[in-house]
Amino acid sequence: MDCVVELEKHKTVDSLHSPSSLRISRVREQRKSFSSWQGASPRRRSASIRLVGRHPDVYEPCDDSFALVDALLADKANLVERRPKLCLEVGCGSGYVITSLALILADECHAQFFATDISQTAAQVTRETLSAHGLQADVVVTDLVHGLEKRLAGSVDVLLFNPPYVPTPEHEVGAAGITATWAGGDRGRVVIDRMLTMVDSLLSSKGWFYMVTLTANNPSEICQIMKKKGFASRIVIQRYTEEENLHVLKFWREDLAFDYDYNAETGGGGTTPQSSLSSKMSRLAFWR
Amino acid sequence: MRLLTHNMLACNIKGVTKGFPLGIEHTRLETKESELNADFLRHIFPKLDWKAFHEAAQSVGVNNIPDQVEPVMLDDDEFLRKFHHALLEVHLEEGALICPETGRRFPVTKGVPNMLLNEDEV
Repeated sequence: MDCVVELEKHKTVDSLHSPSSLRISRVREQRKSFSSWQGASPRRRSASIRLVGRHPDVYEPCDDSFALVDALLADKANLVERRPKLCLEVGCGSGYVITSLALILADECHAQFFATDISQTAAQVTRETLSAHGLQADVVVTDLVHGLEKRLAGSVDVLLFNPPYVPTPEHEVGAAGITATWAGGDRGRVVIDRMLTMVDSLLSSKGWFYMVTLTANNPSEICQIMKKKGFASRIVIQRYTEEENLHVLKFWREDLAFDYDYNAETGGGGTTPQSSLSSKMSRLAFWR
Repeated sequence: MRLLTHNMLACNIKGVTKGFPLGIEHTRLETKESELNADFLRHIFPKLDWKAFHEAAQSVGVNNIPDQVEPVMLDDDEFLRKFHHALLEVHLEEGALICPETGRRFPVTKGVPNMLLNEDEV
């Protein structure tokens, strides 16, 4: 059975409006459930959970992280065909996602990988995770992409973002400790909306942007914002857990006409690959 | 962090117009071998600020990078080997990056540069 399905049995993600302290206790509870299947063999070519660095203030790989990596695995054939050379993850946390991307692309693309996080601790944990997998990539402590945005402009071929998407009171956004890893303010959009303003500048002409969202973030509105900037979008993975409805969205420049054959792996129960959003916005009513 | 990343970093303190290239101070460097890939080097070559790369290489003790380059040099294996080594094999583990305009120091700890700004710098 796929590990993702196994994980979902242990799912402990709390409701969107739970007090932060409850979420912390559940993240810790979840940590125990991870340890219960540490012995499982690494699934496909993603990072191995038992090699992921840990720290109480750093978000451990969770349903959202697995959904993002599963989206990358589902899109692997397309990614490899694009031959990305520069890849960047914003908000890398434990390093599970950027490490997985590096492993997914390892044999074929000869890409270089960058990761950023606002937390020095997370940056070090990411470095440990990369190192435990025998990978080299540079990690920068910064707010989103500050300091990199000028020189990386127009160069990023794959941009990954698993944002703090949980709707919370505004003051929790960027708070100390683990709260900052999920607190997204009004509709969970505060950090997401800041990032959306930078995507156009960062991405190369053939660049792809993958982002995790919740239904509460209004992904259909996010797609419309990006459409105005010239980006087409699709849902690569949609995953229902007990209390979260996760989507991994993918964006690319609309003028870059391509119509690839989409043979996504479904990656476990509750996962549905969808076709292009740009032509099917009317279907998005179910998000609300 | 490697000189590839150094070439992509700039100081963006409010009001700073020339935040690139950052100066390098180092108290610990490491060399880690990695596989040379000519495709990547050819891809990144036009995106690099070569003058900044040349100076950065010198500041970490790599003195065999030519200050003037032509794309035709990317066909030369010996050049590619030197280019690869300076760009991707020399790691700044402990030290600091210095803004050329303000002198602001951005610490590099355990190989990770900290580019976070103070509230009054944003």
